[in-house]
Amino acid sequence: MRIFDPHIHMTSRTTDDYEAMYAAGVRAVVEPSFWLGQPRTSPETFLDYFDSLLGWEPFRAARHGIAHHCTIALNPKEANDPRCVPVLDELPRYLVKDGVVAVGEIGYDSMTPAEDTALAAQLQLAADHDLPALVHTPHRDKLAGLLRTLDVVRESALPVERVLLDHLNETTVKAAKDAGCWLGFSVYPDTKMDEDRMVAILREYGPEKVLVNSAADWGRSDPLKTRKVGDAMLAAGFDTDDVDRVLWRNPVAFYGLGGRLALDVADPGATHEGNSILRGGS
Amino acid sequence: MLTDETVAALRKELGARLDRAGREWLDRALAEAARAAEEGPGESPAARPAAWELRFASAGRHCRPADPATSTADAPVEVPADLPLDTADAVRVLLLHTARADALRAARLYERGTAAERRAVLLALPHLDVGDAAVPIVEDALRTNDTRLVAAAVGPYAADRLDAHTWRHAVLKCLFTGVPVAAVAGLDRRARGDAELARMLRDHAAERTAAGRPVPADLHRVLDLTASTPHPEEDRCASSTRTST
Repeated sequence: MRIFDPHIHMTSRTTDDYEAMYAAGVRAVVEPSFWLGQPRTSPETFLDYFDSLLGWEPFRAARHGIAHHCTIALNPKEANDPRCVPVLDELPRYLVKDGVVAVGEIGYDSMTPAEDTALAAQLQLAADHDLPALVHTPHRDKLAGLLRTLDVVRESALPVERVLLDHLNETTVKAAKDAGCWLGFSVYPDTKMDEDRMVAILREYGPEKVLVNSAADWGRSDPLKTRKVGDAMLAAGFDTDDVDRVLWRNPVAFYGLGGRLALDVADPGATHEGNSILRGGS
Repeated sequence: MLTDETVAALRKELGARLDRAGREWLDRALAEAARAAEEGPGESPAARPAAWELRFASAGRHCRPADPATSTADAPVEVPADLPLDTADAVRVLLLHTARADALRAARLYERGTAAERRAVLLALPHLDVGDAAVPIVEDALRTNDTRLVAAAVGPYAADRLDAHTWRHAVLKCLFTGVPVAAVAGLDRRARGDAELARMLRDHAAERTAAGRPVPADLHRVLDLTASTPHPEEDRCASSTRTST
């Protein structure tokens, strides 16, 4: 089973996780830039974080045979802090970089005017840079947040077909699918979504444009949830092609929209005699 | 600086590797870099990135090989022999050289660059007119644990400009992180007769042995070099190593 985790915060994870993920079949990840748990107080600390997502973290991933890409943005929560907002002016310098495959995570946290402004500005940046957008849907007041998100997307220059709406659940999947967006589900130990609910949603809505992620971060989360969903799908009667579609081909198609995805990964630690190339694409 | 012949050879090699879109992209990028060189440093590097700088950032995806299935893009570009470059490295080094990037510009591109961009800046340093001013970039790369950056940092620029203490630690870092010492430019010249480097290597070997871990073969190779007598002219080079400014 080849697995692409389209949303995981590896900065917060250990090398044990990388090893377990590789053993489970994970060969590619996308790490969206997001809140670190501890609030930031200046744009500069964002820049160091972005540099890490484009430098150290891809190196760590490659040491474990995993291709690492990222999405770059001012996240919804910190869009409310005027000390952080100037980072929006720095984003164009980052959005041209090879390892950046989308603008994200953007979207709503508490649905404030400041979040409106940041979301609209960053959807425009995605359109300007020929990138898709990863849009987080809020944890509180989710359905209202999703509908408001769709309104802002429709008013933006970015086509809905280039938008992935994440953290969907039973109450929001239909509106997101009807709108024509890509559908993201974060499978957690006991909150956003679980394996069995995920299988039920796949039964009802089909695997088309569905992406499953672990969204593993610094909280209670599990970087192997993608594999567990694959196993649950097989146990429920889905075939291996369906599993491959959801866990590999759909994320490759979505994050490939910007033309920057590169799934071959060379272990940078194996420079000696250059004889250890790990392939992530097959 | 790269000679005109080397630049021509690099462009020819890249022309053979890239498809038509890639070649056209490269031609435009180099024209923009040349225009920036004619205009001089102008605005401060912290201002909006110049067109060629955006090209520098996006070179990886625009300069992929014509046919990935049969490509030799991961193989070193063999011209010139002392530049161990893959395709994107070669494009980025050419852009920096053509734009005549000064130390400020090189530092800005390094500081806000991806690992691939940082590596290209490091590889370009011997070919840029930056004097000692780029030594802090090399020192920064040597503080990382990213072996791609460490390997690029110990090139000819480091061989000529790092002070003795920093250079010795760079060699030790290579042994420590598994970067082959073949990547260390000027190794023979600078290691010969270096008693302090020999002490550091022996201590490192003793530590590894005490821990029941193997001693890297490269360590013995460098240790052998330290035991040889420096040539007079080599001694002059080694003892006149510059300190960073």
